[in-house]
Amino acid sequence: MGTIDPVTLAVLNGRLEQIADEMDATLFRSAFNPIIAEAHDASHGLYDAITGETLVQGKSGLPIFVGAMAFAVKAVIDKVAKDGGLADGDVYIFNDPYAGGTHLSDFRLVRPVFRDGEVFCYLASVGHYHDVGGNVPGNYNPVATECFQEGFLMPLVKLFEAGRFRQDIVDILQANSRLPGSLYGDLNGQINALDLGVKRLVDLLEQYGEATVKTAFIELKARAAALMRAQITDLPDGTYRAQDFLDNDGIVDEPLPLALAITVAGDRLTLDFTGSAPGCLGPVNIARSTTVAACYVAMKHVFKEVPANAGVLEPIDFVIPEGSILAAEAPRPVGGYTETILRLIDMVFQSLAQAAPERVNGCAYGTINALSLTGHRADGRRWVMFSFFGGGHGGHPEGDGLNHGNAPISTATIPPLEILEAAYPVVFRQWALRDDSGGPGRHRGGLGAVYEIELLEEKADVFLFGERGRFPPPGVVGGWPAALNRFSYPTPDGEAQPPMASKMVDIKIKRGQAVRLETPGGGGYGPPEERDPHAVARDVRLGFVSSSSARDAYRVVVGDDGTLDGPATAGLRAGKAA
Amino acid sequence: MMIPSALAGVDVGGTFTDVFVLDEVAGTATVAKVPSTPHNQAEGFLAGLEAGAGSLDRLATVVHGTTVGTNALLERKGGVTGIITTAGFRDVLEMRRRDRPRTWGLWGTFEPVVPRDRRLEVVERTLADGTIRAAIDPEDVKAAARTLIDRGCEAVAIVFINAYANDANERAALDAVRSVWPNEHVTASHAIVPEIREFERTSTATLNAYLQPTVGRYIGRLEAALQDRGSAAQVLIVQSNGGVMTVGTARQFPVRTTLSGPAAGVIAAAHIGDAAGYPNLVTCDMGGTSFDVSLVAGGQSALAAQTSIAFGMVIRSPMIEIITIGAGGGSIARVDAGGLLQVGPESAGSDPGPVCYGQGNDRPTVTDASLVLGRINADRPIGGKLDRLDLEAARRAVSAHVSEPLGLSSPEAGAEAIIHVANAKMAGAIRLVSIERGHDPKDFVAVPFGGGGALHAGALIRDVGLKKALVPRYPGVTSALGCTIADLRQDFVETWNTLLDSLDTDALSKAIQALSDRGTATVTGAGVALEGVATLVELDMLYVGQTHTVAAPLSVPAGGVVDRAGVQAAFEAAYVATFGRLLSGIAMRVMNLRVAVVGKRPRFDLALLAPSADATMEDARRGIRRVYVDGGWHETAIYDRLALPVDATIDGPAILEQSDTTILIEPGLVGTVDRFGNVLIGEKNG
Repeated sequence: MGTIDPVTLAVLNGRLEQIADEMDATLFRSAFNPIIAEAHDASHGLYDAITGETLVQGKSGLPIFVGAMAFAVKAVIDKVAKDGGLADGDVYIFNDPYAGGTHLSDFRLVRPVFRDGEVFCYLASVGHYHDVGGNVPGNYNPVATECFQEGFLMPLVKLFEAGRFRQDIVDILQANSRLPGSLYGDLNGQINALDLGVKRLVDLLEQYGEATVKTAFIELKARAAALMRAQITDLPDGTYRAQDFLDNDGIVDEPLPLALAITVAGDRLTLDFTGSAPGCLGPVNIARSTTVAACYVAMKHVFKEVPANAGVLEPIDFVIPEGSILAAEAPRPVGGYTETILRLIDMVFQSLAQAAPERVNGCAYGTINALSLTGHRADGRRWVMFSFFGGGHGGHPEGDGLNHGNAPISTATIPPLEILEAAYPVVFRQWALRDDSGGPGRHRGGLGAVYEIELLEEKADVFLFGERGRFPPPGVVGGWPAALNRFSYPTPDGEAQPPMASKMVDIKIKRGQAVRLETPGGGGYGPPEERDPHAVARDVRLGFVSSSSARDAYRVVVGDDGTLDGPATAGLRAGKAA
Repeated sequence: MMIPSALAGVDVGGTFTDVFVLDEVAGTATVAKVPSTPHNQAEGFLAGLEAGAGSLDRLATVVHGTTVGTNALLERKGGVTGIITTAGFRDVLEMRRRDRPRTWGLWGTFEPVVPRDRRLEVVERTLADGTIRAAIDPEDVKAAARTLIDRGCEAVAIVFINAYANDANERAALDAVRSVWPNEHVTASHAIVPEIREFERTSTATLNAYLQPTVGRYIGRLEAALQDRGSAAQVLIVQSNGGVMTVGTARQFPVRTTLSGPAAGVIAAAHIGDAAGYPNLVTCDMGGTSFDVSLVAGGQSALAAQTSIAFGMVIRSPMIEIITIGAGGGSIARVDAGGLLQVGPESAGSDPGPVCYGQGNDRPTVTDASLVLGRINADRPIGGKLDRLDLEAARRAVSAHVSEPLGLSSPEAGAEAIIHVANAKMAGAIRLVSIERGHDPKDFVAVPFGGGGALHAGALIRDVGLKKALVPRYPGVTSALGCTIADLRQDFVETWNTLLDSLDTDALSKAIQALSDRGTATVTGAGVALEGVATLVELDMLYVGQTHTVAAPLSVPAGGVVDRAGVQAAFEAAYVATFGRLLSGIAMRVMNLRVAVVGKRPRFDLALLAPSADATMEDARRGIRRVYVDGGWHETAIYDRLALPVDATIDGPAILEQSDTTILIEPGLVGTVDRFGNVLIGEKNG
C-alpha cells in the first residue's frame, strides 16, 4: 500500500462523496415512482473490489441502505467467484432478500469498474420499486407466510452483458409488475446513475491515479474506524440491556420479544441479540445482513460525526442467534423489514441511554405505516395509492422532539396531499398533528399525525402494514412513552380497528367512506414532572397536550383559559416529591 | 437646483452598506462603503447614499438590494401573523413535508412563525379537479379574521387546499377578510404562488404575510427619509429573481426580496462578464461564513423554483439559483478524531472572527491561514474595521490545531493544508452548478466577488478546469453595481396539470398572452425608462408517473399561438439535456406554466470604470513581500490593483491589493487588466 498526504486524502474524501451524491440526485430527479423521487428510498455508493465493503456512500439516500449495500455487492462477488464470467460493462440486477437484499421491493444494480483488466471497485444503485407483483399492490403484505406472496424474486442475473443491454430481463421484470411503466422508468434512472458514476470515477482516476485513490479508500476506512473507536472509548465500560416488542407477525397475534445487550469494553462494542424471538410465520423477519445494517443506522444517529463507510463497523461485534427473527433464511417472509429494524434502532437508543444519557433521544414513532388504497376507476384503469406516513420524534437533550418527522431509517418526505388528491380518487378530510400523542418528558416527544382519507370512487380495497399498536414508543432517561398507533375503518356495524392492531388486508370501503390513521408521537426525554410548567401550559393552550395529561403526567394544573395555575401546580408537584 | 440624473445602487449587507453611484450625464461612477446599521438599516442606507452621491439632489433613481426580509425571517422578527385555512388542515405549516433537519441525528426541532392558536379553520373545500365541494360562508371568515385581530395579528395569510385548481373560495375569503382587516397586510395563497403543493404554498404565503409589516415599515422609513432630505428619487427593490420591482410591489410581495442582495451580485457579474466577452460564468461570492456559487450560461442566470431560508422555512418563488456551502474566511479548521482535516461548516464569522482579529477566537480559520502564508497583508486589513492583524496568534493557532495533529513540519504547511481543503470544498460547489448540470468547465469563467474570493480564484480555476477567472474592478461593491443594471421583472406561475395529449393549446396561448399583458402593464407602469419588454415562457413538464418536472423553455411564435408538437419538442430537448435519454411510449404531462415579463433597462458602458489613461505599472508597484505558495516562500511583487493600467500583464506569483479585496496570482498563472479594469487570471501558456 502506498502513502497519501493528509491534504490529498481530505480532498479525495470530498470528491468521492460528491460522486455518490450526484448518483443519488440523478435517480431522484428521473425516477418515476414517488417512493424514490419524493421519499428518496434509494441509495448509491462505491464498494470494495474484494470484500464488497462500503467505501463511500451518498449522503442523500435512504440511511438503512448505507449498511445494507455492502452485503449486496458481496453477493455479486460471491457469485462471480463461483460462476466466473465477470466482464467490463456487466451490470447485475437482483432483489433477493436472502442474498444481500432487504425486501423484494428493493432492486439492486451492481456494476464493476474495470481498470487495466481488473476490477477497481464496484458501483451500486438500489431503489424501491412501486410494485413487484405478489398478493398486495405495493408489496407490503402483512399476512404473507412465504416470500412468494410478497412479490417476485429476481436472483442475481446480468442486466447488461459486457455493455449489451438484455431486453429479455426487462421483459421478465415488467411482466411481473402491476406498474410496468413505472418500473421501466425507475430502472432507466438507475442505469443513468451508474453511467454517470462510472464517468465521474474514471475522470477522478485519470486525475489522481488508481494507486492514490485506492490508498485513499484504505485510509478513509481506517480513519472511520479510529473515529468510531474514539467515540466508543468515551462510553463507560459495562453491559446495557433493553427489551422491546413487535405487536405480532400479522399471522399469529402474539407479541414478539426482541432483546439487546450492548457491552462496552474499551474501544469495542458488542451487540448481542440473544433472547430475541425465533423466526416467525409472518413478514417481520429480517436477514442477518439487515440486522447489521440497522445497527449501523442507529450508531450513526448517536455518533453523528462518523462517516458512511465500512470502518464504522470495524470495532463492533455482533451476536445474532441462528434461527432467530433477526437471521431469516428463505423463504421466510421479510416484506415488513422496516418495522423490525425500527425496533432495533429503538433498542439501541434505550440501551445506550443507560451508558450515555446525554447522547440519545426518546424513541421515534417506530412504524412505517405502509398504507395502500387501490381500486379501479370508472373507465376500468387500476389505481394504487401507496404511501408511508409520519409520526413524532423523541424528546432529546436539547429540546422537544420534532413533530411529524420521517422515520429514522429514511430521509423520505411525504407527498403533498394535493399531489395525492390530483393523482388518485381520494379526498383528505384531515391532515393534522395528533393531540396528546407525544410522550411526556422534561423534553416532550414530538407529535404524531392524523390522516383521514375519504374515497371518491365507487369502491376500494385498503391494506395497512404498521406497528406500535400494542407497544408504544418508549421514552428514555425517565421520559414516558408516546401514544399507540391507531387505525380505524368503517364497517356496517360502525367504526372498527384491525384485529391485529395495525396490520390488515382487504378492507373494503365505498364511496363517501373514510379510513383514519393516527400515528404515534415520539417518546419523552427526562421525567415529565421536571418540565417547565409554562411550557406545559403553552402545550395545553395550543392543544398539543390535554389538561388531564398535564395534570396526570406533568403534574401541572392549567386553567380552562389556558393559563398556568402556579400554586396548584406547586402543590401537586410537592405532593409528588413528599 | 440641479436636474437629478444619477442612478444609485445600494446593497445593505450584514457588516457594510455598499453604494455605487452612476451619473452618465456627468460621465462619473463612484463607490462608497459605510458601516451597516442593523438596528435601523435606513440610517446606513442614507449615510451610504450621501457618501456615494454627495448630494441626494443628484439622484433620479435608487435601486436597493436589501436583507431586511431575510434578517426578519432568520431572526424571527416579522409581524404577528395569523392563518385562515381549510377545516382539517390548520397544521400543514407545522407538519411540513414530514422531513427532519439532518440525515443523521434525530435532535431536530421546528417552531413555525405562526403558532397553532393563530391558525384558524373555516369550513370550505375545493377538490383537486377544481370542483367546489363546500363554498365558504363569508361570515365565518370575518369571524376568524376578527379573532385573529383580537389575538394581536397585524398580518394574515389565507390558504385553502387545492386553491391552485380553483381560487374562487380564496378570493371570496380575501374579500371577506379585507372588509374587516385594518391594514394592507393580507396575503392569499393563489395570489402569490398558484401552484400545487399545499405546504410550499402555505409556507410561502405565510412568510409573505409575516414580512409585510416589517418590509412595509422599512420601505416607508426609506421613502420618508428621502423626502425629508428633499429627494424625489424613485426607489426600486431588487427581487430574488434578479429583476427589480417597485416599492408598491415589494410591499405586496416582500417574500420576493429574500435573496435581493446576492441576486444583484449575480446580475452584476453577468453584465461585467458579458461586456468583457465571457457570457458563461460561475460567480463565487466568498464572505465570512459561506461561499455562494451561481451559474450564468449564455448571459442568463439559472433560476431555482424554491429555497429554504432555514429548516422548514420554504419559499416557493422563482429566484436566482445560488448554492451555498459553509466555506468562508471565518470557517474553522480542525482535525477530527479520525485524523482527517476538516474546514467548516463551523465558522467564527466576523465576531469574534478569525484568530488574527484578536477578538477571542483561538481556533484557526481560512483567513488565518491566508495571513500565515503572507497572502493577506497584516498591516492593511480589508474592510477598515481593524488596524492590523495578529500574525503570531494566527501562526500559533494553525500550529496547535492543524500542523501538529497532522504531523506537518511548520505553521505554513498547516496553513497551506487548510487552504487546499477549503479550495477543494469550493471547487466541489462549482462542480455542482457546472459539471453536474452538464456544462463543460472549459467554457466557463469564474467571477469572484465579496471580500475573500479573489484569493482563491486561481486555485479554483485549476482544480475545476475553468477557462479563467475575472476579478471585477470593484469586487466589494458588486451587488450595489448590480442594482443599477438589473431589469424590471415580473414572474407568474399557473398549475395546469394536464396530459400533453389533451392540452388545450388555444387556452394555453390565451393564458400566455394574458399573463404577458399583465406583466407588461406592470413593468411599463413602473415609471422606469426601458429599452424594451420581453416575455419568457416555460412549461414545467414530466413523463406521466414522474414527480419531478423539467423546465422546457418555449419560444412563442409571433401571434402568440403554441401547438402541441412545439410543446413536445421543447420538453424532449430539455429532457435529453438533463438526463441523456428519452423514454419511449410514455405520455407527457404539462404541470405548470411559467411566464416572466422582463422590462429591459438601459445598461451603462462599463468603460466608465476603466483605469485612467495615465496609470502606469511603476505607480502601481507597492514593493515585494514573501508569500508562501506551492510548498515554499516566494519573493512576490505587490501591486495597488486600482492603479494598474489597461493591458498590464503580471506574472505570478503576485499579489494585487485594493481596499476591499486581495487578489492572488499563483505561480504559473498570469493576470491581465482589460479595458474595463477587470483583472483576468489564466494559465501563462493558456
